[in-house]
Amino acid sequence: MRDVAIVGAGMTQFGELWTASLRSLFVEAALGALESARADHVDSIYVGNMSAGQFVGQEHLGPLMADALGMRGVPAVRVESACASGGHALRLGCMEVASGMADLVLVTGVEKMTDGVDVTNVLATASDQENEVYHGITFPGLYAMIARAHMQSRGTTEKDLHWVSVKNHRHGALNPKAQFRGEVSVEDVAASSMVAEPLRLLHCSPVSDGAAAVLLAPLARAKEFTDRPVRITGSGAATSAMALADRADPAFLDAVEKSAQRAYAMAGIQPKDIDVAEVHDCFAIAEICALEAMRLTEGCNPVQAARSGYTALGGKRPVNTSGGLKSKGHPVGASGVAQAIEIFEQLRGEAGERQVAGAHRGATQNMGGSGASSVVHIFERV
Amino acid sequence: MPSPRYWREVPARYRLEGARCGGCGKVVFPSRPVCPECRSRVLQPLTLSRRGTVITSTVIHVAPDEFASEAPYAIAIIETPEGARLMAQVVDCDPAGIVPGVEVALEFRMIRREGHGGILCYGHKGVPVSPPAERA
Repeated sequence: MRDVAIVGAGMTQFGELWTASLRSLFVEAALGALESARADHVDSIYVGNMSAGQFVGQEHLGPLMADALGMRGVPAVRVESACASGGHALRLGCMEVASGMADLVLVTGVEKMTDGVDVTNVLATASDQENEVYHGITFPGLYAMIARAHMQSRGTTEKDLHWVSVKNHRHGALNPKAQFRGEVSVEDVAASSMVAEPLRLLHCSPVSDGAAAVLLAPLARAKEFTDRPVRITGSGAATSAMALADRADPAFLDAVEKSAQRAYAMAGIQPKDIDVAEVHDCFAIAEICALEAMRLTEGCNPVQAARSGYTALGGKRPVNTSGGLKSKGHPVGASGVAQAIEIFEQLRGEAGERQVAGAHRGATQNMGGSGASSVVHIFERV
Repeated sequence: MPSPRYWREVPARYRLEGARCGGCGKVVFPSRPVCPECRSRVLQPLTLSRRGTVITSTVIHVAPDEFASEAPYAIAIIETPEGARLMAQVVDCDPAGIVPGVEVALEFRMIRREGHGGILCYGHKGVPVSPPAERA
C-alpha cells in the first residue's frame, strides 16, 4: 500500500444556513480544499452524506456534486453510514489512494438539515426501525439509555455530563467556523430543558448545515500540493449490534473499541502516543464512552476527564478542540470530515487560539447510530 | 408504514416469538436466520415470558410527532427470564420510577396509530409489577 496524505482542506461555516443549499455547501467546501492545494483536477470524489434523500429529497449525490463542481466525468459516489458517513468516506478515499487506483481523491461530507423536515424522525432512521423506533424511541433517547446504564455501572453523574458540554463550548468559542461560539456554565447546562432523561438540551449536539472537504494524495506526491502535508497512518472501522438491546453492556461502545484498536495497530502506535483527538460527542455521554473505548485517558477516569481539565485545551490530551459536534455543530454527513480538518490544522500549527503546542500525532473517531458503526483515523505531521 | 411491513412483524410483536440458538443457546428476539453469537443456522422457536427486568431506561420529553401527546413517557430495555432483551414503553406508572432493576409485566397494548384512517399498530408495553423503586 502507498502512504496517503491530506494536502488540502476546506469547510463552510457550520450552522443554520438559510441561504445555502445542499449543493452550494458542497461546492464551497470542495473549492476550498482544491484551492488550498492549488489542484486543478481530481481523479475521484467521495461524498459522505447521511440522509439527503430524507432531508431534501435528493439521492444520487455523486454525479450531482461532480457536476456542480464542474467535474462531469469524474467518478463520484455517495457514502452512507449514518453520522459516520464522513469518516467512512475518508476511509474509502484513503483506500483508493493507497491502492494506487487513483492519485488525487476529493473526500467530502455534506448535510443540509434545516430545510423543513422533522429532523427527529430522520435521525431515528439510523437506529433499528422495526425494534426500536416503532416503540417511540428517539435518537437522544438511545444515548440517554446509554447514559443511564453508564451511571448505573460506572457511577457517572449528571455533573460529569455537564462538564463535557462546558469544555466543548469553551473550545468552540475559539473556532470561527463553529455554530455556537458562546460559552456555557455548568449551571446553564443543568437548567436547560429535558430532552430524554438524563440528557438535557445542552448535552445534545445541534441540528446543522455544513460541508467539509479534504484532498488526498500519495505521500510521495504531497509536496506538489503543499509544504505541510499530514500523513494518514491508520484507519480502522467496525460495527456492533444495530439495536442497543442486543449489546451485552449497553454502556460500552464496542465498535469504537474495535475500530480504534485496528487504527492503532495499522499506525503502530498506542493511545498514549496521541497528542490531540476529535471524538464523536453527538451527546455528552458519547464523548465519555468514546474516551473509555479508545483508552485515551490513561491515569484519569474518562468520566472525570472534562471536569479535571485532562481533555481541555492546555490539559494532558485535549479532545474536541474544534468545539466538537456539540459546539461546532453536527451536519451529520459532514462531521467525520470536519474532524479530520481540525486535526489537519492542529498538526500543521494552524489552529490559532485552539492550537495544541507541539501536536505531532492526532486521532479522529466518528460513529453512526447509537454506536453501531465507528471509524477511527490516525494522523501524523510529516 | 405499508401493511405488509406491519404484518410481517406480527409474530414477534403480538406473540413475543423469539428463538433459542441450537449451537450456543443464545436467545434472540425477534427470531433471525443466523445466530449473532455463533452463526449457527439452527434456531428453535421460543415464546418469551411476558415479564422482565429493566436493564436501562429513559423518559422521553421531546417525542416524535406520533407520540407527542404521550410525552413524557418512559421507555426501557427489558430482559425477560429467557435472557432476551427488547425495547418497550413502560406505562401506567410515574415514568420517573422506571429505573434499572424495576420488574415489569409485558402487556399487549396499542403502540401507535398510523396517520389518518391508517391501521392501529399493536405490541407490548411494560407495566411495573411492584411499586417502582424510589428515585435517587
